[in-house]
Amino acid sequence: MGQATATSGVYYVPHGSVWPIVGSVALFFLMSGAAALLNGASGMGALKFWLGFAILTFMLFGWFGAVIKESQQGLYNSQVDVSFRMGMVWFIFSEVMFFAAFFGALYYARIFSVPWLGGEGDGFSTNHLLHQGYEAAWPTNGPGSLGGYFETIPAWGIPLLNTLILLVSGLTITLAHWALKVGKRGALIFWMSATIVLGIIFLYWQAYEYIHAYRDLGLTLGSGIYGSTFFMLTGFHGLHVTLGTIMLIVILFRCIAGHFTKDNHFAFEAVAWYWHFVDVVWLGLFVFVYVL
Amino acid sequence: MASYATTDHHDDHDHKPTGFFERWFMSTNHKDIGTLYLVFSLVMFLIGGAMALVIRAELFQPGLQLVHPDFFNSMTTVHALVMIFGAVMPAFVGLANWMIPMMVGAPDMALPRMNNWSFWIMPFAFALLLSTLFMDGGAPAGGWTLYPPLSIQGGNNVAFVIFAVHMMGISSIMGAINIIATILNMRAPGMDLLKMPVFVWTWLITAFLLIAVMPVLAGAVTMLLTDKFFGTSFFSAAGGGDPVMFQHIFWFFGHPEVYIMILPAFGIVSEIIPTFSRKPLFGYQAMVYATASIAFLSFIVWAHHMFTVGMPLGGQLFFMYATMLIAVPTGVKVFNWVATMWRGSMTFETPMLFAVGFVILFTIGGFSGLMLAIVPADFQYHDTYFVVAHFHYVLVTGAIFSIMAAVYYWLPKWTGRMYNETLGKWHFWLSTITVNVLFFPQHFLGLAGMPRRIPDYNPAFADFNMISSVGGFAFGITQLLFVWILIDCCWLKRGAKATQGVWESAKGLEWTLPSPAPYHSFTTPPKIDDRMLAHGDVTH
Repeated sequence: MGQATATSGVYYVPHGSVWPIVGSVALFFLMSGAAALLNGASGMGALKFWLGFAILTFMLFGWFGAVIKESQQGLYNSQVDVSFRMGMVWFIFSEVMFFAAFFGALYYARIFSVPWLGGEGDGFSTNHLLHQGYEAAWPTNGPGSLGGYFETIPAWGIPLLNTLILLVSGLTITLAHWALKVGKRGALIFWMSATIVLGIIFLYWQAYEYIHAYRDLGLTLGSGIYGSTFFMLTGFHGLHVTLGTIMLIVILFRCIAGHFTKDNHFAFEAVAWYWHFVDVVWLGLFVFVYVL
Repeated sequence: MASYATTDHHDDHDHKPTGFFERWFMSTNHKDIGTLYLVFSLVMFLIGGAMALVIRAELFQPGLQLVHPDFFNSMTTVHALVMIFGAVMPAFVGLANWMIPMMVGAPDMALPRMNNWSFWIMPFAFALLLSTLFMDGGAPAGGWTLYPPLSIQGGNNVAFVIFAVHMMGISSIMGAINIIATILNMRAPGMDLLKMPVFVWTWLITAFLLIAVMPVLAGAVTMLLTDKFFGTSFFSAAGGGDPVMFQHIFWFFGHPEVYIMILPAFGIVSEIIPTFSRKPLFGYQAMVYATASIAFLSFIVWAHHMFTVGMPLGGQLFFMYATMLIAVPTGVKVFNWVATMWRGSMTFETPMLFAVGFVILFTIGGFSGLMLAIVPADFQYHDTYFVVAHFHYVLVTGAIFSIMAAVYYWLPKWTGRMYNETLGKWHFWLSTITVNVLFFPQHFLGLAGMPRRIPDYNPAFADFNMISSVGGFAFGITQLLFVWILIDCCWLKRGAKATQGVWESAKGLEWTLPSPAPYHSFTTPPKIDDRMLAHGDVTH
């Protein structure tokens, strides 16, 4: 694959790479396959979707693998390290804004659209003419009672437990970082493993809760605005915890392989930042989705 | 994979990758990727332009003439999506790729491989979007703003459009992250933040806006997707949601998006006007602060796009005043450009013509924007051709004119050849005259009450529509001249060889490199001398 091109003494410019175009092809298949599936296509849609998924996975392994190899060879200088850090920080900021859209929807529904449907403010005639008898409340599935009767999940059971689990996992990953910095390999592997286990336990309870909601509580994605905001917010969060856990597992393997030194372990830190980010999002979810 | 030497790694070869695939598909070079962006943008400009001509052809006379109304609606919708996400934004990213490393004294972008991915997502995203034109039920026809419930009542196109928007978002976010990292991390020593060229400053702020709002768009269209396919009711009143909520989320993205498409234009014009006025930029720091103010305000004005949906009075007042506030920093900019020209020894080469044209015509668009900001007046103007005229003044004679100006300004630096100045001037004058014939009558149409996005109209509007359509076709054909000028300069290489400085008094680091600029811009950090910056010595 050609030679690494460090253009001159002070700068590092990586050599060309085939992975970006592979990733684009993967996204094309993945997205067009998913769209075809949603439109009710059967065989070809699924084929394209899974092909895209496979190529994307292949690309992620290939691209990260190449970067790890170059990093191990010491090609990256401190300037590259700073670029990577900035990249990760701004990526996390973009994720924050993605969640902001869904939190915004939740606040808008609770502060504006539901009270208006109930006749508050400018909504008087709407309520009177279209939704007579609908009283604004939260939780709600709207004037149409979409999805039928449902119950919500109380905050002080599994959600509280999950909050504690994620908070403790934030602590354990910090302990792992500390162990890495002082060179305690055994402690590093132990605390990393603990973090992963906590992540998996969180996901287990989350899945349990979803099954409970669908099977026993009547709470589904179709349960009006409550179901929509509840499942989309916790669902995207759960997806991020899943990704974070996968990333933690990769980092654990890299710890075991001895990729990180006391001073040089950006990948570890990036994943730790990401983990703290999903932790903070969960705190927002716990307060605004479950408690309030 | 070849074995690497672990330490000493400078084979400082300037040679380009030899294979076609390796150079253009696997690139890590900011210039090659910039070229890809610009060529892609030009192609999209022509495709989107062709769609605009379908619209203008249909509107040439009242009555349904040429195309099915549904196809007409698809044309307005896809024209907008193509021009915004396919033409204007990639053109600015292409310019950023080409110029920012040169302007801050860096060898390349901070994250070159991600840079390549940012670009290569775009052709695939647009393949997805444009494929809807050939589907059962046709392309999206509910307007580029994708308002529900109309937008999710479309046929097979809905999922494709939403996923295409997701891909464009991924591309934009990665591109923006790269630009921020480049500006913050790759500047040559001595290139302090408040010494950076204004183009770099405007892009830094634009990149921040992109990272802040593209994910919000992704969230909004994801909600559309789940509303259509997974039974959620974000935008359905029956479930307690609200279609107006989509408009709020969309425009929280959409208004900063407007500035994403104009702030880099401000930067370009701030580079060009000093060169051809032979004076440093007037009020450099004020320009920077004005840009930042506009960016901040862009987050708190979104609802002026939706005054007629029935917002509480307090909301209408807040968004009206906040919107009008934007006129202040924008006015600072316009006055500073004028003050830069004041008593300068000006010459009017093509880039300067486009820049001056920008200042005048963009300001017209700004003023009609102020009219639209007035709530009671907006009740009258909303969804009429007045709005169409307004945003085409800021986007065509604003954003597009600045892109044209930038291309003429830096083309000699990129290719090492001058473009044909006579043809360039023809391009400017023909464009400027025809674009006004095209869009100025639309103000009158809108004030008289002609609604937008309708293929037929009251015969009372016939004359102005006919004039507008004539202008539209003339403007479209004029752009073929631009394509020819580019071919003439880049391909046939018939122009004179460009000197290193190109323009008599162009300042900035890019002019210290030979023309054409070497494959890797600055392999060692250049020395920064305040006197060679376009805004002069800003320390006093």
